[in-house]
Amino acid sequence: MSNDTRVQPTSRSEPQQRGEPRQADTRAMLPRVDVFEDDTGITLLADLPGVPKEHLELKVDGDALLIEGRVMPGTPDRLEPVYAEVRVPRYRRVFTLSRELDPGRIEANLKDGVLNLRIPKQEHAQPRRIQVQVG
Amino acid sequence: MFESMLSHPGSLFSELERLQRDFDDWFGRGQPSGIRAVAPGTFPPINVGTTPASVEIYAFAPGIDPGKVEVSIDRGVLTLAGERDTRQAADAKASVYGHERPSGSFRRAVNLPDDIDPARVNATYRDGVLHVSIARRESAQPRRISVQ
Repeated sequence: MSNDTRVQPTSRSEPQQRGEPRQADTRAMLPRVDVFEDDTGITLLADLPGVPKEHLELKVDGDALLIEGRVMPGTPDRLEPVYAEVRVPRYRRVFTLSRELDPGRIEANLKDGVLNLRIPKQEHAQPRRIQVQVG
Repeated sequence: MFESMLSHPGSLFSELERLQRDFDDWFGRGQPSGIRAVAPGTFPPINVGTTPASVEIYAFAPGIDPGKVEVSIDRGVLTLAGERDTRQAADAKASVYGHERPSGSFRRAVNLPDDIDPARVNATYRDGVLHVSIARRESAQPRRISVQ
């Protein structure tokens, strides 16, 4: 299933240092990403297998973009683990967005465990041809 | 290394701990591994679990076409094979800043216990996880016997 969601920038109620662990910080896996840039913005693709849309968290705080997702595998009752390569049911990654990007217009799409983020550049930062008037 | 993909709050000791774990992974702890085992970090990572009535395998493979994945059981081995192409359509004006997502063909094999019933296999794909469920043979399941 695919959906387009708008990411709302959060308001900065208090300054938060990104390097320090948050109160309820838990271990998380680093999702692998592909990042592309073209003239109008940046496209980011992240592998988040096992994360349904309702457990995906996308937040913009100042110039930081946070991607966090909980893995909900839907396991049957009385499941005993035998072998696990995925041991932490959480993904987290934070990116710093450069100033020419416009976080207010991020578009996000989650399908089959792949998050597709489109971060457009500010209008004024996009390359523009300037018409030269012949006077 | 899958372990090295864990993110810790930065600190010197967590870095050392991670290095220690990486060494353990590479050089092993002296335990022999299954003949079909692969290096940690192979795509897709899998989890295997059991219930009294079934064996459950989860392959974390986002962005694949479930119709093109081959799920087969042969002589007690479950094989998952397929491929994933993460290369973007060639766009001359796009710069690539990161390309971490694995691309290409993959093949994972899981040894199954003797009591599974290969005729009762169910596979689903949801949120990027391929879930294969194999029922155990009826006669192999524990059964209460009532005393007359």
